[in-house]
Formats: sequence, structure tokens, C-alpha cells
Amino acid sequence: MNASVEPAAVTATPARPAKRRKPLPKPLAFCARLCRERPLGAVGALICLLLLFTGIFADLIAPQGYNAINPIDRLKAPSAEYWFGTDQLGRDIFARVVHGARLSVIVAFAATTLSIVISALLGILSGYFGGRLDMFIQRLVDGWMCFPDLILLIVAVAVLGPGTWQIIVILGLLFGISGSRIVRGAVLSARQNVYVHAAQSMGASSTRILWHHILPNVMAPLIVLYTTRLAAVILAESGLSFLGLGIPPPSPSWGGMLSLDGRSYMFQAPWLAIIPGIALTVVVFGINMFGDALRDMLDPRMRGGSGRYLARVKRAIGV
Amino acid sequence: MNMKADVTRRTLLDVQDLHTVFEKDGNEVHAVNQVSFDVKEGEILAIVGESGSGKSITAMSLLRLIPSPPGRIVGGRVLFNDQDLLDLDDEQIRRLRGRDIAMIFQEPMTSLNPSLRIGRQLAEPLRVHGSVPKEKVRERCLELLRQVRLGDPEKRLDAYPHELSGGMRQRVMIAMGLACLPKLLIADEPTTALDVTVQAQILELLRDLVRANNSSMMLITHDLGVVARYADRINVMYAGRIVERGTAEEIFHHPKHPYTLGLMESMPRLDQAPGSRLTPIPGQPPDLSDPPPGCPFHPRCRFAEARCRSERPPLEQITDNHWKACWVDTDAKR
Amino acid sequence: MGAYVLRRLLALIPTLLIASVIVFGVVRLVPGDVLDLMLSENAYSSNAPDDRAQLEKALGMDKPLYMQYLSWAGNALRGDLGESLWRNTPVTEEIGARLGVTLELGILALLIALIIALPVGIFSAIRQETLADNVGRSFSILALAIPNFWLGTLVVILPALWWGWSPPTEMTPFFEDPIENLKTFLVPSLILGTSLSAVIMRMTRTMMLEVLRQDYIRTAWAKGLRERSVVLVHAVKNAMIPVITLVGILVPILFGGTVIIEQIFRLPGLGQLLLEAVSTRDYPIITGVFLVTGVVVMLVNLIVDLCYGYLDPKVRFDR
Repeated sequence: MNASVEPAAVTATPARPAKRRKPLPKPLAFCARLCRERPLGAVGALICLLLLFTGIFADLIAPQGYNAINPIDRLKAPSAEYWFGTDQLGRDIFARVVHGARLSVIVAFAATTLSIVISALLGILSGYFGGRLDMFIQRLVDGWMCFPDLILLIVAVAVLGPGTWQIIVILGLLFGISGSRIVRGAVLSARQNVYVHAAQSMGASSTRILWHHILPNVMAPLIVLYTTRLAAVILAESGLSFLGLGIPPPSPSWGGMLSLDGRSYMFQAPWLAIIPGIALTVVVFGINMFGDALRDMLDPRMRGGSGRYLARVKRAIGV
Repeated sequence: MNMKADVTRRTLLDVQDLHTVFEKDGNEVHAVNQVSFDVKEGEILAIVGESGSGKSITAMSLLRLIPSPPGRIVGGRVLFNDQDLLDLDDEQIRRLRGRDIAMIFQEPMTSLNPSLRIGRQLAEPLRVHGSVPKEKVRERCLELLRQVRLGDPEKRLDAYPHELSGGMRQRVMIAMGLACLPKLLIADEPTTALDVTVQAQILELLRDLVRANNSSMMLITHDLGVVARYADRINVMYAGRIVERGTAEEIFHHPKHPYTLGLMESMPRLDQAPGSRLTPIPGQPPDLSDPPPGCPFHPRCRFAEARCRSERPPLEQITDNHWKACWVDTDAKR
Repeated sequence: MGAYVLRRLLALIPTLLIASVIVFGVVRLVPGDVLDLMLSENAYSSNAPDDRAQLEKALGMDKPLYMQYLSWAGNALRGDLGESLWRNTPVTEEIGARLGVTLELGILALLIALIIALPVGIFSAIRQETLADNVGRSFSILALAIPNFWLGTLVVILPALWWGWSPPTEMTPFFEDPIENLKTFLVPSLILGTSLSAVIMRMTRTMMLEVLRQDYIRTAWAKGLRERSVVLVHAVKNAMIPVITLVGILVPILFGGTVIIEQIFRLPGLGQLLLEAVSTRDYPIITGVFLVTGVVVMLVNLIVDLCYGYLDPKVRFDR
């Protein structure tokens, strides 16, 4: 007797004639959505673009180069001539910050790309083929992740020696391994989807399933991972350079400019301590904001719902 | 069922022109729109409607449990023992909740805190309202669990919610609702999430306990079958308004509003010819942020006339114990 | 609960094993022989072949690799991590002398982070969209972008410039004079704690908002509980479960932070030991510190798991 009168779809709104409007091209529509829904994300995107622009055109913006020593103008305060002042060797801080942006861009993109490739390979290998291989890889990743990033980095630098390419390889490897977990998770959930079962039963080859069914599902988390990793890589590189273990001088790494070697001069010339830090903070802020917005818009799964606590934990810190 | 249509009973709760809106994407959604009804002492009153009709929001508005933002009670009066609950300050309404008016929610699986033991949660209303001396709290909890016929009450007190089944949890919820012997119990779809066999048990239990405590109950449901069996009077809600009201007998046997008629026809009945088809109500409930002009039901109504599309019918008394909000004489047209 | 603890302890063994292999592998399997490096250092200036053979034998490097690992791991289990190459002191002794400083810094920083983050995060969530909430959120967005080594540098430089004040850098042992000792640690742990608190605050707020939407919170209100009880009894405990997980994930990051902060404030902790060892290529020390950090992180994760079991009854009873 207990009859339910609940209609199936109660939230649906009555159908209305669809408004006809010319659809924007995809990237433009995305930008419009970004500005409308996540204004801070749009600001972040702008900062990222500015960083890229500065990095690419560093030679045009600061043609004198990052290492033009000018002993007469040592430790000059910011002025019309030297916008950000000069350091103890009379080098223009503005030029060094601009070329530092180039260095950051190179390291960040190279190391992040490497890390994403490693994450994707490991994650897909582990998640898609499963079984013993998965077991083995996961235990290795477990062990690897016991070690603090910075300690691993320092030990690795001690072993490989400092230098730009070493830093890129080390950072790529480090973040690549820890990021494989996220890819693995995405692969696992994609694999469970019914259509993959269907494709498998129809006798499709593994590579075909990977290419057509798994990869598209992994793309969104990968893009999100890429942006969060960019900030992490920039911070890690500058931290290492700060400790004197990163990119050796005279390369203008922002972290290196803040390093302890120059500490004694900073008391006389505080801009030495302030300017590179601001550059670093603004860039990391920009990438964070853009990454957050991107994640919410591209990968709703990572937004998590109730009960997806761990996903949220990981998201909050960008692991 | 001897209390039906007993007009001499004292009014416990008198809701007048209650109006609750929700903010949604910059639009105002009138979830509860000028709703008036009353609950008499010792009565079981049902509010029936599809989900989204505003019945749960009505219930939550009474105790001011509407999440705000986005919700807001914008008008009306809720007189409980002649005192307007909407005028009380936060502390006063808090003292009333759980003690004078208790509420049971529709999701027993999620309405208990997963990280606290049953005993702790059950004792809370007793402790906060000081209904029982401290040393007697445990005893009272056991008594309550026995009342709701939960086996092995001693053991249940130390259990966590995830160790109980849905039916058991709903019994705990009922025990919690009845803990302070409230004058009014609001049961919001208390059985929706449960198995059919358990549903009947729980409803019987609710009715018996409410009667035993001499309390009143407001039963909110989408299930006319439930209503017919347990309620004294019925309010039918559609699109945030009450469209028909009357004693259970009247509504069940002589429904007048086309929406109520539709509900009856979409429900399987024993007195139906075998093999005859159920007729669902066509269409869907209106978007409350942009309701249709006139009678909100007219787009789905088979009796709709020109007037229905332009003018909203008021709730009018048609017999001693029957009200409806409809321009059409449905009896004549049927 | 006892079985749960035991299970967690047992699960630690394979991870520990893999971690030790990683430590051994990263330091040993590097391009460029450790021996050559050591022989080229001035301590072994005479480059005679028998010198090399002697050293090889002394370090047990003439044996096959797995034998080397087994003897190293066996010794490590007995608490013998070898001797410092240049100082001839046992590595365990060196580490023991420094571990306390790092732990104190880390624990203080974590405490400060929690003391700031939990109340602000909780308040931010229950008073959503108020001025306090916005201030808290802006703080965490900012603190997430500011690298801690820059913040540390500024704290050393700017007050010295403005008021002639600089944080104490002379460390007093805790048991000699706890007050003086805490004074030394206050500023460093504040800086470290601030950057940690940003992440925890953000997480706490998100989780509180999530929990406050739950049905059982509505039940708690309907019972007539005071706001204090609803928030502290019903919401916080459930919101803390993911926050605890987050703290576990943050510990390695915290460890990395101590290295940098120790360097800025000249605190003689593990990080400084590691950096010294890196600059002198003292491989036994590097290996030892590397291993110890891994083990500490594992132990902290164990504690986190136990807290998790305490907070979430399902974890305790399931399986």
C-alpha cells in the first residue's frame, strides 16, 4: 500500500527554448569562464603569462645581461637608473631578476615536464597492469615518500653535484615518483568504468584501451598536477639555491640571490633581500591561484565530495 | 482514530503565512510561500507532497533550522503555545529545540554522528535540557531504547552508529527525539530510507509512543499510504503552498484538488480493478525561482481553465473539514 | 585497538626495508666512485694504489654489493652507522648530538602551526564570509606563497635595520636553561610554524565547512545543543580526521623546513650536520642522516595512524 508518488527527476527545471548564441572558440570560452568564475585564478594566469613573457624576452628587457659587473655602482639603492638597485658587485638587480625569471621558467618547465612524464609512466604502468608489478612499484613509492623532499634533494645534489641539468633531473625524478600516485588513482577509477570492461571483452588490444579510454581520463589530473608541480619545482629550486646547492653562481637564481653568502650585504642594502623574495612570492602565488582555479574547473573529481577526505587532503597541499 | 476532526481540542502550534526563501544563483526561490496550518494537541497532522514541494523546509523553518545563508524566513508567525517562535532570540529557541519540539530526520544513515557512541548522542538532549538528574541519565537512555524496542540496549549504548542497521538507527533517532517528552514531534520522512517491512514497524512505534506521551506529531511524507493509516488530518503541499487540507478520511475518500487526485491515481490501491493502470501526474513540479502565473499546478492539470492560468486560487473552505485552493469544481468535471 | 597497533607496527617493516635499500642505493649507486672522491680529498692525498685497496677493504667495498648492503643494514639495526670520515666519531653520536635540536624545532613549529591554524580555521568556517574569515583566508593564501627561507631572511634583516634587534643565534641547551633555550627557538619555530599553519588552516576550514553541512550536525542543532557543543563536540572531531592525515603528510615537508631554518638561524641540528657533511663529502654522515630522517618520518606516520584510529571508530573496528 505504500505507494511513492516521488517523480524520478524532481530537480529538473522546465525545458525552455535554448538561446541561440554563437559559441566562442574553446580556449576563449575557457578564459571567459575563468575570469567570471575565478577572478583570482585569472590574476594567477596573468602572472604566469607575465613570467613566461619575461623569461622568453629576458635579453630584450635587460640587454646588459645578468652578470654585467659595475664596481663603481656597488650597492646602489633603487633609483631611476637601477630600478631595483644593485648588488655588492654593482650588478643591476632588475636585470638579474629578469634573467632569474628565465632560469625559473627553464628549470620549472623542464623539471615539471620530466616529472609528469615519469608520473604518467609509473602511474599508468602500476594502475593499468596492476598485480605484482603494481605491488612492487607501490612499495617502492612508499619507501621513497618516507624521505623529506628537501633531504632527498640535498643528498642527491651531494651525489650528482650542483648544476642546472642536475637540478632538473633530480627535481623531475623526485616529483615524478611522488606524483605517480595521483595518476595511478585516476587510472584505477577509469579502469573500473564499464566501457573499459566492454572494450576489453570486445578484444581490443591493451594499447588501444590505454590510448582511447585510459589516457583521456588521466589528462585532467595530469594538467592539474602539472600546474601545482610548477610552483613546487620553483620553490624547491630556489630553496636549494638558497642553501648553495642549487644552480651555482653567477647564474641569477632568485633563491641564490637570497642566499646566506650575501647576508652581510643585505644589512646595508635591504633591497637585496626584498626584491628576489617578492618576485618568488608573486610567481608562486600566481601559479597557486591559477592551479586552484584550473583544478576546480577541469577536474571536479579532485574537488571531492563528502567522504572523499583523503582526496581533499591531497588536493589541499597539491600532492 | 476517534480524534478526527475534533475541533474542540486546544491548538498547540499555529503557523500563519510562513514564508521562507532561498537565494539561488541570484534568484529568490520561494520554497515556502504563505503557508498556514495548525496542529492540535494530541493530533497527528500530515504534510504530503512531492520532494521539492517545500514540506521539509516548512518543518525546518518552524525550529529555525534553515541554513542561512542561503535560506531566510521572510515572513509569517509560528505560534507555539501562543508564543511566536520567530520572535525568540537564539538562546530561547535553542532551549525549545529538543525539549518542547523535537525533530526526526529522513536519513537515519547520516543523521547520527559517526564518531560518537550512541549512548553519548542519546544522552545529549537530556543533559543539555537538564530533563533528568545527571545520575539518572544512563537509566533514562536505557528506558528510551527499550521503548523504541531496540534489543540489547546495554550493548547499544556503547555502539557506534556504523554498527547498527538503518532501522536500528532510526529507532535511536526516535528515542533521541522523544527523550525529553516533547509536546510536538516533527517527523520528516522518517521511513523513506528504510525497507518496506521496517517502515510499518517504525510508524506504528511512532504513533504509539506519541499517543502514550500525549504529544502531537507532524508527519511529513510523500507517501499517501502512510498518511491514510496514521494521520488525523492532512495538508497537501504543492510548489511551496498548501493546496488542500482536511481530515484524513475526507482527503482520502473525497479528494477535491486535481493534484491530490493525481496523487491518488498514481498510487496502487487494493480496491482497484486488477490489471488497471496507474496514472502518473504528467510533467514536473515548477521551478520555484520562476513559478508559472496563476495556479502553480495549471501546467500539469487536466482540468485547467483560462482563469487558472492568470489568477492564483486562494485556499478556501468548502465543507466543515475540507479546504482547497482550486478554481475548478473537480467533482463536476470528473 | 591493540590489534590495530600491532598491525600498523608490522606494516612498518617492509617500508623500512625498502627505505633502507633506497638510502643505500642512492648514496652508493652514483656515477663517480665514492672512493675516488675520498681519495681526491686532501685527507688521502697520496694517491698510491695500495692506499686505495686499503681504503676499499677498510670500508668493506671490495665485497659484492648485496653483501655490502647486508653488513651495512645489519650494523644499522644494531645502531652502528659507521664513523665520520674526517672526524672519526661514530655517526650515531654525531646524529644523536644534533637530533634533539631538530626535533625541538620541528615539534615547536608544528605546535605553533596547530595553535594558529585550528582555531582560525574553525572560526573561519563557522563565521563564513565575515571579515575574520576573509582575513584568515588571505593570510593562508599569502603564507602559502611566501617561501620560508625568504621570511626567515627578512626576520633577520629588517628588525636589525629598523630597531637594531636581531633574533638570538646562540643556542642554550634545553636542560641548562629552558627559558633561554625557548627564546632561541621562538622566532625560528614561529617562521616555520607560520608557513605550515597556512596549509592546515585551509584544510581545517574546508573540512569544517564540509562537516557542518552534514545531517548529523542538523540533528545536533535540533536537539537544542549550544553552538559550542555543536562545533566542538560534533563537528571538530569529524573534521580533525582528515586534518590529522594532513599533518602526517606535512611532516616530511616540516623536516625539509628545519634544514633551511637551522641554516638561517645557525641552529646546530640535523640539517646543519647534513649540509656540513655534504660540503665535506662525509658519506657515512650523509647516509646516516638520510636514514634517520626516513625513520623519524615513518614513526610520525605511525603515530598519525594511531590518532586516526582513535578519532575514527570505523578504522578501529573494521577488518
